Amino acid sequence: MIAPLRDAIQRFVRDGDTVALEGFTHLIPHAAGHELIRQERRDLTLVRMTPDLVYDQLIGMGCARKLVFSWGGNPGVGSLHRLRDAVEHGWPRPLELEEHSHAGMAAAYAAGAANLPFGVLRGYRGGDLPARTRVARVTCPFTGEELAAVGAHRPDVGIVHAQQADRRGNVQLWGIAGVQKETVLAAKHAIATVEEVVDELTLVPGGVVLPHWVLDAVAVARGGAHPSYAHGYYDRDNAFYVVWDEISRDRERFQEWMRRHVLETQDVTQYHERLAAETAAA
Amino acid sequence: MSANGYSADEIMAVEAARRLEDGTVCFVGIGLPSLAANLARRTHAPGCVLIYESGTIGAKPERLPLSIGDGELAETADAVVSVPEMFAYWLQGERIDVGFLSAAQIDRHGNLNSTVIGEYTSPKVRLPGGGGAPEIATGARDVFVLLRQTPRAFVERLDFTTSLGDRVRVVVTDLGILEPRDGELTLVATHPGVNTVEVRAATGWDLRVAADLATTTPPTEQELAVLRGLGTKSAA
Repeated sequence: MIAPLRDAIQRFVRDGDTVALEGFTHLIPHAAGHELIRQERRDLTLVRMTPDLVYDQLIGMGCARKLVFSWGGNPGVGSLHRLRDAVEHGWPRPLELEEHSHAGMAAAYAAGAANLPFGVLRGYRGGDLPARTRVARVTCPFTGEELAAVGAHRPDVGIVHAQQADRRGNVQLWGIAGVQKETVLAAKHAIATVEEVVDELTLVPGGVVLPHWVLDAVAVARGGAHPSYAHGYYDRDNAFYVVWDEISRDRERFQEWMRRHVLETQDVTQYHERLAAETAAA
Repeated sequence: MSANGYSADEIMAVEAARRLEDGTVCFVGIGLPSLAANLARRTHAPGCVLIYESGTIGAKPERLPLSIGDGELAETADAVVSVPEMFAYWLQGERIDVGFLSAAQIDRHGNLNSTVIGEYTSPKVRLPGGGGAPEIATGARDVFVLLRQTPRAFVERLDFTTSLGDRVRVVVTDLGILEPRDGELTLVATHPGVNTVEVRAATGWDLRVAADLATTTPPTEQELAVLRGLGTKSAA
């Protein structure tokens, strides 16, 4: 149950899989994304409401064939340059887009978790998005109202980051919980990385508990959300989001950064050691 | 900073804040909307409720967040809910009075583009995308748009329609205030020192000017003091 992250990714993620690494501005599973890059997964369909830096990295390293998303930017900073380069110039490979609204993505995850074929919402009304995405209209059998239907998300693998697991692999996350519960329950296989393993979980008000039997693997990844944050453990590294704007603008600088921080490191611990050494040298 | 001692962002935030009432439930994003709603909460509308789409309801940040998911929003919130709940129960459930939006482009009907510049399949600029905007635009009772006025942003024809303008009640720009009149955004006020020629030149369509054109009241010292006290969380 509790396994090294490398083994969990090796065992459960295949080339060509549909993979959702979720985290809505908090608890973003960066360490797991880096492991996908180290293991050179290819042709992935990446699903996420708010693809940010870790998806920029996966796309720039050529891991993705398709992106299913609703907002792809660097929050508070601007664009994702690797995402833009893939869409605008096909570098390092063309990227197919399936674009939704947040409400549509959330409904699609919730439908997946509920084992329904589609989610229903009042949305996708007018505008140009409906013609560019996978959405249909359904009629309410009771009132006749026309509503939007979005196909359920059923990723092959759902990956989330959380604060704690106990020794049996029960996981708890708290603070902004995003769409992680739905991601885990909608996925065929689910992996959670955690900040630490404790003897016993103490339930936190508003916390989300994922019982060990809905997860396929739990891996310790201390600092595994960086530069995102883990409520109660460490803050968001706002400066890194700003620096990423520069690093990611240039293809070569991006590749060099990825080589030094991801390809040449074995795990999240070495990644943090390298960052710390650079900060000390600066 | 203008000669009057306040910046474009400041007068935009002030004008938006003045339109929020005590108890108004606002769906806010990062940047100007967050500044406006927090200003209102600290001045005339202490009961103004701030909802960030990350799931924080009734957030009361001391300093402005850089991301809608900052930990401080969750720590100071009355409730933190999941993202599916936020969009289904709170936004679609019609609990939101005012939704703030911005965009890369706006047309005369208040329709917005935050998706692409150029063709969708071969864009000149791929923008981040709609995010919450399509359903905020149709789910909030009133929509306030905050956007700097330039011919590139205020266009005759959008490259892509991300969200609809049906519920846009006001567009606050760095030059003045536009409101829908007879189905078209019309200049109803200019900021002090701005003339209509400038505003029309900054608009990509033939902008209508209201017969009863007003001038906005400059930010008060109190408003500016509160705004500057909020600051933005240091990015460093």
